[in-house]
Order: sequence, then structure tokens, then C-alpha cells
Amino acid sequence: MAAVTSLGETPITAQARVPRGMQSRRRRRLNVFRYVVFTLFGLFFILPPLAMLRFSLEGAKLGTWSVTAWRQIASYQGSGIPPLLSAIEISLELAVITCAVTLVLLVPTMIWIRLRVQWISRTFEFLCLLPLTIPAIVLVVGLGPIYNKIQHFSLSALMLFWVYVILALPYAYRALAAGLGAIDVTTLSEAARSLGASWLSVMTRVIVPNMRQAILNALLLTTALVLGEFTIAYLLLYNNLQAELYSISRNTPNAGVLFSTATAALLFAFVLLLILSFAGRRRRGRG
Amino acid sequence: MAAAATTETGARPSRAGRRRSIPAVAGTFPFLGYVAVFLLWPTGIVVVDALKNPNGSWAVSNITELGNPLVRGYFIGSFKLCLLTSVLGAVLGAVLAYAVASGNPDGVVRKLYLSASGVLAQNGGVTLAFAFLVLVGPVGLLFHASWFYQFPWGIGLIYTYFQVPLMVLVFLPAIDGLKVQWREASESLGASAWQYWRYVGGPLLAPAFLGATLLLFANALSAFATIEAWENQIAYVVPQQISTALSSEVGLSNVNVADLLALGMVITVAIVMTAYALLQRRAARWLR
Amino acid sequence: MSKLIAAAKQEGTLNVIALPPTWANYGAIIADFQKKYGIKVNSALPDGSSQQEVNAVKTENGTAKAPDVLDIGMAVALANTSLFAPYQVSTWADIPAAQKDAGALWYQDYGGYMAVGYSSKFGTITSLSQLLGPKFKNAVALNGNPTSANAALNGVMMASLAEGGSASSIADGVSFFQKLKAAGNFSPVQATGATIKAGTTPVVFNWDYLNLPSYVGVSNWKVFIPSNAVLGGYYAQAINKNAPHPAAARLWEEFLYSQDVAGGQNLWLEGGARPVEQPAMSSNGSLNGAAAGKLPTVSGTPVFLSATQATDAANYLAANWAKAVG
Repeated sequence: MAAVTSLGETPITAQARVPRGMQSRRRRRLNVFRYVVFTLFGLFFILPPLAMLRFSLEGAKLGTWSVTAWRQIASYQGSGIPPLLSAIEISLELAVITCAVTLVLLVPTMIWIRLRVQWISRTFEFLCLLPLTIPAIVLVVGLGPIYNKIQHFSLSALMLFWVYVILALPYAYRALAAGLGAIDVTTLSEAARSLGASWLSVMTRVIVPNMRQAILNALLLTTALVLGEFTIAYLLLYNNLQAELYSISRNTPNAGVLFSTATAALLFAFVLLLILSFAGRRRRGRG
Repeated sequence: MAAAATTETGARPSRAGRRRSIPAVAGTFPFLGYVAVFLLWPTGIVVVDALKNPNGSWAVSNITELGNPLVRGYFIGSFKLCLLTSVLGAVLGAVLAYAVASGNPDGVVRKLYLSASGVLAQNGGVTLAFAFLVLVGPVGLLFHASWFYQFPWGIGLIYTYFQVPLMVLVFLPAIDGLKVQWREASESLGASAWQYWRYVGGPLLAPAFLGATLLLFANALSAFATIEAWENQIAYVVPQQISTALSSEVGLSNVNVADLLALGMVITVAIVMTAYALLQRRAARWLR
Repeated sequence: MSKLIAAAKQEGTLNVIALPPTWANYGAIIADFQKKYGIKVNSALPDGSSQQEVNAVKTENGTAKAPDVLDIGMAVALANTSLFAPYQVSTWADIPAAQKDAGALWYQDYGGYMAVGYSSKFGTITSLSQLLGPKFKNAVALNGNPTSANAALNGVMMASLAEGGSASSIADGVSFFQKLKAAGNFSPVQATGATIKAGTTPVVFNWDYLNLPSYVGVSNWKVFIPSNAVLGGYYAQAINKNAPHPAAARLWEEFLYSQDVAGGQNLWLEGGARPVEQPAMSSNGSLNGAAAGKLPTVSGTPVFLSATQATDAANYLAANWAKAVG
């Protein structure tokens, strides 16, 4: 149809055919739809954490209330089991390290590929999506010998970051690719180069600032991934947050501290992501 | 200058251009090296060991074991669960994504739901299983339903809890890419909402939607921690059986069987992800 | 012995694995060992399986994190003797001959009988067939997957014996659970302290020392061992051949097998498990009588699975369990 091809323009003659009330009726229907959807989904998502919260405030007998479980987060230590707090610390530090390494690895490489080595971009995308294909439980079987060698250098659980970067690749890649695709990298870099900037300057001072939102997204996703990762840490016998929670769940009849820690972890990640999302300025449309 | 080469020949820099002492592709070597060591090599180990015997000799015929009815049963279990949760998650997630996308792009609601999605998409394992336990157990807060313990209904509902946020995260950019002008144009021509979706919005979103569904499918296939913490007296799905093969203490532990099942999973997910990649490329063409 | 203590203190650390604190009183055992000798105990993977312990030995071989000592099920012990170092504790003679390896590569440590623990809201259970009744809807659980976990396999075997079968075939046990599933009484949910407290799994098949009210965490918990199905199982100790702390490992074993009033054997007894030196200790008077009196009484002759019987059971389960209760 002829009118559709002229995107962005509404033919003046056609305007008269639109009933006056249609726009506002559509708007109202849309709003009703949105409120219903947000309520239903909001309920669905909030109920399990609410249940966890309720049980975290459970006293020794069903029906009583107590905040012991929350205070125990800092002090919980089954004899012989490392304290919960150290597992939390480890997970947080892992998140920071993984984010840093992922960005350092991906951002320059993606910009470089976009600018200079475009023929490799299909392969690159494939490699970045590959970790989704290989489940963690499969990966950990093959990682045994490699981690054996790593453990000769360092026994710290922070060494998990090597494989966490791989796990984060698909999510970080998508976020960064969306951001990179939205800016005209070639023109920007040509302009900067013609003004005498080095490649490093082009990357750090021209392109990266334009990718702020995308980088933030990548950071959010990577952090959430590290805080929630269980399988590899557990099977490689490391003590990160999720593995520690699993141990506690299997070994204590008083599961209160499990619920309080889980609720706290969820809340923390959520608040962190919310803050980060306000920190980024959203760019509207590429139309 | 490479930049000059770009302007002459368009966006694609010519490889046969300026000779440099180090080819430009060397810039990707750090990444390639990292991936080779921590992704390709472990995968290689798994694939190779799948075709070996416990004593180390080759047994390529192992691959026929994948047709064994017991093994087929695990894959069928996995497929049932994955199909259920990926379709459910995709449909529900698409609805939620649309609701989020049609609001204020800088608004609080959008940020709230995006942050929640980012957190909940990764939230699985023992904490999620426990949360549902306290909701739906005999002393649960909500109700007690015995269908909840049947595979795949109960665990399917739990999986949906992280599938829907993942769908929102993956599908939202596609809905964002639907230009407002297209809707306005179709309305100005007298199309109803249904006609818009049927002829314009639907076909445009279809590749992205299908691609996202495939991603959810792969995600459900690989999920392990949640079902392990929930119901682990029977191995319903392949990852549970892999765990049994790795850590069974009654004498049924066999690393090569674990590797073989892993190989089966890799093949399955590879097929799914290839389809996803093709669909994504098609979707991107329209929405760039 | 004093040389051993000095060498162990010099090493200063001990790596243990898969020792949950509420399993047969390991929490107190680890704490007491640390206090007595000042050696720090690193407890990894508290709820790992025996196979995971062995996997850890292999993957972490040569590092300072490798497990020094293992507490494993018999099937895994027999299959992995090449990883162990021989060692005879000072009370070696008090371990019955049938419960230790002639070459001192492994030696049994404690055991118990397979029991059914249940919430007292069900009244008193006197026979397994009661579990098929309607008030047990979604209530009955095992401790894990029988093709994977030792405790679960023995749970099914105990049901098999109770149904009139013999130790050489687990088929009757599988069909019992099949009937349970058909009646809607089988709960596939992983039974843990938390699920018991929440009431999701009010009936659990587990070793008697894991069905103690103190372990389970609810006070109205009762234990029942069928008189015609007394199935016993012992675990075994072993020392890693390439242990990073060999002296500490051997001192740990000495502690575990010591017959002192505060030694390992009595501590296990306090945890509700039967220590392997119990017969010798009750004749020489070092047994903690009060703790021994608290053990559940068993009537009937105990049955212990032989290695072949265990393997046959495992193979049968591998082929039939998922079909029967899936």
C-alpha cells in the first residue's frame, strides 16, 4: 500500500478519516491492559520472595516471629563450615572481577572487529553465544584438569572468575552489540582519526562514552549471573554464595537463615540493578 | 590509512589494502585465546571422553547409546519440561514485554521491571525451590496442590519464574524497535488493532519471538540447580542424570556416560541455537 | 603417638570433605579435634556424596586443597583402593576382621540401620504397609535418588526386605515404591531439615542416626525400624595416598578410633550411630552406656549387603527405578 512506504509521514488527506476519539480510546485500552498485566505479573513475581521473607522472620515454633535469621547472616557458622559472610564476600568480589575482565575482554575486541576485522564478526558472534550451548554441568566436567592446574597457583575461590567470564559472554555480548549497533562507529572513528587521535583514544574517548547504557546493561547482567551461579562453583568444590546456601539448606533444620540470606541476596541485587539503571541515560529510538 | 580505505570501498575495510607488519586480526587474539582455553578445550575434553571407555580406549560406538530407551527417556523428560516452560515463558514474557515497552521509556515502571527481570532471570536453584516450597507446601502460604509435585507441572511453574524475565530481557529490544510511525500509519489507513498485529506487528516480531523462544528452550534444557534442589529422588531430565553419572556413590558413576549425555545435550542445544541465530539475524534486518 | 601429634601440629591444617555437622555428630567431632590439637579443619562440600569425595581427590591431586581423609560408602571404597594409603590405627585389633581391609587401605567407622522417620501426627507406625494408606498422601520421601545415593538405595532395599524379599534382589522394594506412587503417597521432593519442618516431607526413609529428632529439628518426630527388615550399613574411613597433610590425617584417624570417653567412637555414639568398635568397647567398659541406651531398639537379625548384592541392586535400579516411580 502506498501510504505504508512513506514511513514517518501521515498523509494529510488520510488524517480526516481518523475518528477523533480513536487515539484516546486506544490509549485508554492500552492503559487498562498495562495495569492489568503489571498487577498480575507483579503478584506472581513478588509472592515467592514474600513467602521467603515471611519464613525468614519465623521463630523457633511455627507462628512466632523473630529476627534471629537476619542477624545470623553475619554470624552464621556451622562448626567446620566456613561462615556465610565469607561466601557473600567471595561472591561480591567475584562479581566485580568478572565484570571488569568481561568488559576489558569484550569491549575493545568488539570495537576492533567492527572497525578493522569485520570478516571475523560471524565467528565472534558464534563464539560468544557458544556458552549458552554448553551447559554449566557439561563445562565443569571438562574444566577439571584446567582448574587443577590453576589450583597449583592459587586456591582462592576468586579463581572462578576465569570461567564466569565465559558464562557471562552471551549476555554481555548481546548488551554490548545492541549498544555498538546503535552508533555509527565507522564515521565516528574516521572523524577522530582524521583529527589525529590514536586507536586507543578513539576507543576510550569517542566510542565507549557513546556506549554507556550498553556497558551498564552488560554490567547488570554479569553481576546477576555471578551472584546466582551455583553449578560450577558447587561441582568444583568452591564456596560461593549459592553453594553455601545449598549446604545450609541440606544441613540445618533451622532454615531461617537460608530464607533471610536468599531474600537479602535478591533484594541486594535488585536494588543494585535499579540504581545502575537510573544511572544510565536512556537513548530513545534510532528512527 | 585504513580509514581512507573505508571511505573508498564502503563499510567493509579491504583486507588486501595496506600491508601492515602485524595483521589487524591480531587484535582479536587475546579474546580468541581466552575462549580457546576456557571454553573450547573443556568442551573438547567432554566430547572426546564421550567416545571413550573408562579405561581410556576409543569406543566411538558409544554414540549409539544415545538411542538407548533409558537415555531417550531422560531426553524426552527434558523436552517436555523445556517445551512447556519455553512456550509458556515466551507467551507470558512477550505480553509483559509489550506492557513495559509501551510505557514511558524513562519511567520508573520500566526501570523497575527491567531490574527485576535482570535479577529474576538468574535466580534459580535452591532459593527458588525453597520459595515455592513455602508457598505451596502443606503448611504453605497459598494452597496445597498435589499436582504440583507431578512432573512437569510443578517444576514447570517454577521454571517459568525465571523464563518470563529472561523473555522480557531478550524480547524487549525487538518491541522497542517497532516504530511508532508504523502503528500510526496503519491506524490512519483505518486498520484496527487486530489488523495491525496480524499484518504488520506480528510478522515483524515473529522472527525475534521465535528466536527468543528458542533461547528459553536452551536455557531450560541446561538448568540444573533448581530441579536438583526441588525433586531429586528421580532423574527426570538429562542434567540430573549427568549429575548422577558423575557423583553416584552406589557404583553407577561413570564419567564417560556423563560425557556422552553431555554430548547429546550439546548437539541438541547446538541445533536449537543455530536456529535462534538465523532467526535473530532475520529479525535484526527489519528492526535495525 | 606423641611424634605423630607433633608432626600433625606442625602441619597445622586438615582437609576433610563431605562431613555435614549434623551427620552422626560430626559437628562436635570436628570442633573437639580442633580444640584438642589446635589443628584447623577445613570442611569442604559438606553434603557431597562419596563419589564426589573421590572425584575431589582426583581433581585436586597435588594441590594443598585436596582432601586428606575420606568417609565413604563401601561401594566407592572398594572401587577406589588405589587412591588410599594403608594405615593401622592403634585400636586396630578392636575392629572386627570383616569390617576392615586386610591391607589396611580402608576400615569401617560407624553405621546404623535403615529406618522410617515420621511426624507423630500420623500416630504410630508398626508396618510399612500402613504407608500405602490415604492419610500419607504426598508424604513419603527417600533421602536422595537411589541410583545415586547410598542412603536412598538402602531405603529401597529395606522396603524390599519388609515386603518379604531377600537381600539379593531389590525388585520388591521398587514395586513397593511403585505402589506408593500409584496411591499418590510418594513425594519426589528432596527431604531436608527444612522440608520436614515445613511439613512437606513428613515421612522419610533414612539411616536411624539421621532420623534423630535433634538432627531433623522437629520435636514430634518418631522412628520405626521394621522387625523383619533390619538393614544395616557401615561407612568406611580412608587416607588419601597423596594427602597434603599426612600426619594430620593419621592423627585424625587416631582421634576417630580412640575409645576415650571423649574420643571419636563415643562421639559417634552420641550422634546416634553405632561405632564399629562397639562390641569391643562394651566388653572393656569404655562405651558410653547412656548414649548406647538411646539407640533405637531393633528386633530381628540385621542384614548387611555384600558388594555383589549392592552392585546387583544398583544395576536393577538403574534400569527400573525411573520407570517405576517417574
